[in-house]
Amino acid sequence: MAAVEVNAVEARGIVNRFGTQLVHDQLDLTVQVGEVFGIVGGSGSGKSVLLRTVLGLHRPNAGEVRMFGTELTHLDDRELRALKAGYGVTFQAGALFSSLTVLQNVQLPMLEHLTLSPHALDELAHLKLRLVGLPADAAQKYPAQLSGGMIKRAALARALALDPTLLFLDEPTAGLDPISAAAIDELLLRLRAELGLTIVMITHDLDTIFRNCFRVGVIVDRKLVSDTLDKIVDHPHPWIQSYFHGDRARRFGVHHGT
Amino acid sequence: MGQVVRPEPKNAARHVTMQARGDELVLTLGDLWRASTLGVLEPELAALEFATFRRLHIDARQIVPDLAGAWVLRELERRARAAGLEVSYELSRPATLALIDATLADTVDTPSSSPVEPDATSAIRGIGRGVFTMLDHWHRGLAFLGEISRRFGRGIFDRRTWHPISVTRHVHDTGIKAIPIVALIAFLISVIIAYMGAQQLRKFGADIFVVDLVTVGVLREMGVLLTAIIVAGRSGSAFAAEIGAMNLNEEIDALRATGVQPVEVLVLPRCLGLVIALPLLTVIADAVGILGGALLCHVLLDMPLVQYFQRVDESIGDWTFWVGIIKAPVFALLIAIAGTYRGMQVRGSSRELGRLTTVAVVQAIFLVILADALFAVLFMEIDI
Repeated sequence: MAAVEVNAVEARGIVNRFGTQLVHDQLDLTVQVGEVFGIVGGSGSGKSVLLRTVLGLHRPNAGEVRMFGTELTHLDDRELRALKAGYGVTFQAGALFSSLTVLQNVQLPMLEHLTLSPHALDELAHLKLRLVGLPADAAQKYPAQLSGGMIKRAALARALALDPTLLFLDEPTAGLDPISAAAIDELLLRLRAELGLTIVMITHDLDTIFRNCFRVGVIVDRKLVSDTLDKIVDHPHPWIQSYFHGDRARRFGVHHGT
Repeated sequence: MGQVVRPEPKNAARHVTMQARGDELVLTLGDLWRASTLGVLEPELAALEFATFRRLHIDARQIVPDLAGAWVLRELERRARAAGLEVSYELSRPATLALIDATLADTVDTPSSSPVEPDATSAIRGIGRGVFTMLDHWHRGLAFLGEISRRFGRGIFDRRTWHPISVTRHVHDTGIKAIPIVALIAFLISVIIAYMGAQQLRKFGADIFVVDLVTVGVLREMGVLLTAIIVAGRSGSAFAAEIGAMNLNEEIDALRATGVQPVEVLVLPRCLGLVIALPLLTVIADAVGILGGALLCHVLLDMPLVQYFQRVDESIGDWTFWVGIIKAPVFALLIAIAGTYRGMQVRGSSRELGRLTTVAVVQAIFLVILADALFAVLFMEIDI
């Protein structure tokens, strides 16, 4: 990517508190333009809350979030809407609109944000579906008729509807068989390379992390520890050690550092 | 990359600059070729005329199109080729176009979604299909009722079939919590009946018969009917929505997989709960209704309360109260079955949930009124 000074996402001093429970305490997150950034953390460590904070869906108790340099914690509704047209997001369970067909799901953000001729609307939506590898007959199906892998793909197609430069993915491969998961990983890498996307993904899947991510952030002790993939595996924190060096990690041939 | 985030300038520079060079048309592309500018781009390109040219030369060096931008450019290429022009690029064709080519390479055809042409017989066929669907609905409804009866009948002496805790909860939710609204409506309705009656009967000096009107009207019909309609709106919809959401969430499948019959744990307790709650609510509605009549007679007709209640006592026959109350469990069963049955039918989407909840309430109210009419005929025949 060109040498752009501004970061895709920059969060500083995020504090999130629910009742007496402190989820994030002075958490920092930086995602550079053009990279694939993985967010890892134990169950209940606040990965999804962090994502919602960055997306502007949840206002943090303290701290600021910048997306391409725009501070978004004090934006008004109109500015926030313009910002939301600039990124794509997929949710853990797909969150496809169950009363719309797959095609209509992809077209909905286009109708909301773009001015398009009906021909362009149809063609572009079909193009996105083809791009994520959905068969042509899937377009007219309803989400309830799709398999898990197809839902993930359809959600990805909807996230790509507005040609965003920044993509947030919440567990893009969770619940898929290893072959489908690998296909999604490959697809993401291809999209990143050819469309110059910046991708932020929450994942538990070690395969996905090792295949895709340039840098990884781990949420431990209510903070984010982030580094490049080959350095983070040697981080001394016990949770990170057991995550990357546990039984499940062995098969990737990660060696003990220090 | 950051420009997508900021709002695009309204009066952007031209996306296409045209230049004719003999029989060659040279297009220099500039500005933003992005999804967000497609609304301006599309008409601008559609206005281009190729008719007099043989070749099209595109200079795309200044643009970095995203997928939407590249798609528009590709459409332009296609149109030019279709018009018999040769297309060439200054230096190179943007890479994004190649991605689209590759993506669409193995596309056969986007399936045409042209609706089926209506013909002369389609209306008749539509009616026929409607009739069969309706028959099917009645059949399934009866089968559902049959399953409930079978499950209940088989375990009637088994304490577990009665699910006392669950039934208690439903009596609380559908009965006790409904007392305020039922009482309020019963009060208002009896006031209306008394007021209307008083206006008419006063002309004949027959004021005292207002009491008969209120007593008989509320006890026989209005008390139970209005209570049933309120409960249909409150609890019929709640049953359908609750069970429907469980269905969407695969909770019903989870129950079946655990070897638990959903009819037994979800439908039966709701039916039983409502069959207990509705007669009790009706008693409250009856009482409040008669009190409402008393208030109006006292205030509007200056009737002493003692006289009012004496008259109430005289006008109540052996069966007046029971004719109303007997209907309550039947109405309760109709409401509970309509609600739970529709809830069990929810499949797939949140729209279905909304639709079937509506159907449940409308059907429950319809069935209640239909049953009330049948009861009226029955009671007339047996003369009570």
